[in-house]
Amino acid sequence: MSVKQHQITSFEAQPLDLKNRRNERLVRFFLGWVTMLLILPVLLILGVLIYKGSPALSWAFFTEMPRDGMTAGGILPALIGTLWLVGVALTAAVPLGIAAAIYLSEYAPDNMLTRIINLAIINLAGVPSIVHALFGLGAFVIFLKPLTGGTCILAASLTLAIMTLPVVIVSTRESLQAVPRQFREACWSLGATRWQTIRKVVLPNSISGILTGVIIQVSMTVGETAPIMYTGAVTYVAFLPESFTDETMALSLHLYNLAFVMQDVPESLPFGVALALVGVVLTLNSASIAFRMHLRGKKKW
Amino acid sequence: MVEQSKALAPLEKVRVRNLTIRYGDTVALKDASFEVRENEVFGIIGPANSGKTSFLRAINRMDEMTSGMHVSGEVIFNGKDVSEWRNLYALRSRIGVVFPLPVGLPMSIYQNVAFAAKLRGVKKKANLDEVVERCLTRAALWDEVKDRLNSLGSLLSGGQQQRLTIARALSQEPELLLLDEFSIAVDPVTTMRIEDVLKELKSEMTIILVTNLVQQARRLADRTAFFLNGEVVEVGDTAELFKRNTKDQRTTDYLEGRFG
Repeated sequence: MSVKQHQITSFEAQPLDLKNRRNERLVRFFLGWVTMLLILPVLLILGVLIYKGSPALSWAFFTEMPRDGMTAGGILPALIGTLWLVGVALTAAVPLGIAAAIYLSEYAPDNMLTRIINLAIINLAGVPSIVHALFGLGAFVIFLKPLTGGTCILAASLTLAIMTLPVVIVSTRESLQAVPRQFREACWSLGATRWQTIRKVVLPNSISGILTGVIIQVSMTVGETAPIMYTGAVTYVAFLPESFTDETMALSLHLYNLAFVMQDVPESLPFGVALALVGVVLTLNSASIAFRMHLRGKKKW
Repeated sequence: MVEQSKALAPLEKVRVRNLTIRYGDTVALKDASFEVRENEVFGIIGPANSGKTSFLRAINRMDEMTSGMHVSGEVIFNGKDVSEWRNLYALRSRIGVVFPLPVGLPMSIYQNVAFAAKLRGVKKKANLDEVVERCLTRAALWDEVKDRLNSLGSLLSGGQQQRLTIARALSQEPELLLLDEFSIAVDPVTTMRIEDVLKELKSEMTIILVTNLVQQARRLADRTAFFLNGEVVEVGDTAELFKRNTKDQRTTDYLEGRFG
């Protein structure tokens, strides 16, 4: 009898169906609004920065040296210095990080040592940046002074590199692991070595994910202040950096000084610098995202 | 009746002695001993989880690439224990493998088939073209893809992809071809076409055919082994097995579909 009843009413919503649909709507509503709320701080920050900082912006702002004890003039040395710092840090960290990630993902046997290394990398990512700063000061500025010549771009960039290396390693390893194992097995079965497999199959299909890790690293590196202020960045230099043994200004430290240290700075100036800093991050990110999308367009599965 | 006189004994391609395969504490295959003869189709039948795939993986030394997989005993290929091959890439390049689900490498159709040849050091475009056309033709795929060799292998239909992987395996010019339930994702018509290809290939290479279709083993295999829960229950002449001339009652039960 119950079967028959079920057949008759099978197209009508049962109380359970109604409840499920109600819950589904509630969950969807809640999750949707939480997501929308996340946009709010981003919009507020950008809005305030643009509102208060745009009066300071001009072509001269980006192309001139600071004047009058940094209370007027441009930010050129800080802008150039930040690009130097990020560039050298990436040059050091990205190849090393990708190499280590390839080893950990493709070669390392699953044993105690590998697990300890993985744990160390994750913990390294959790070390506060001020601790990295002290390490950089001890290692690159003091201990390696004969090589680096004390505080300089190289010392600061290497500190940044060590700080961001774990991010590159972890994200690269994740993207390598995302390539299905069957591809590797099919490739090995053809007689390919691990390296041939990595080069022809694994890397081409994980490069977009690897770049994502690099993008995150760029954003982190551009904004870091603590690791560079003891190792290579200075409050003011009257000339542009010419090599990686020079000391340099940097946007993040410049902003810190204008906003918190110096007196009698016009209000629009720190906001302008903040806007420039965000601008650099966004520009670098957009460039790498565009590159990534170009590569992903070629993805084969 | 399976044993033949010494004078007529064909050459052995693969000889397995006391082969045991473990994954951690799980035994996938225990104490297997049999031989595969040159230029035969050697069928392996049995339900899931019987150690069929593990056996194939032991032949081309995938244990070296798989953490937790442990192989003991002997697998002798061309008279030499595979555990003594120092260059495993040379070993694997002589053994073609076709997987249950087609694994088209994420590259173009052309590159899929030219890949093994390139690994062998073939560089000239003309030579590569020749390999690609020959292998795709043999795998009964050439006519369907000759106009779009540069499109992605993974965009082909399932049956075409499986023929692509067969073409890729053939491009290795293998001495031994391992087929692991190749027809699982392939329609019946394509299956028959591939089976016809395999019958031709037999004259050039030895084929080990793992299949869960008993009738496929009957159609193709010269001799057939029945694996059950990691045990090699019986190895015998396929025709004899299907006449129910089995040494073990379980083989007959499996062939007749009377199985728990």
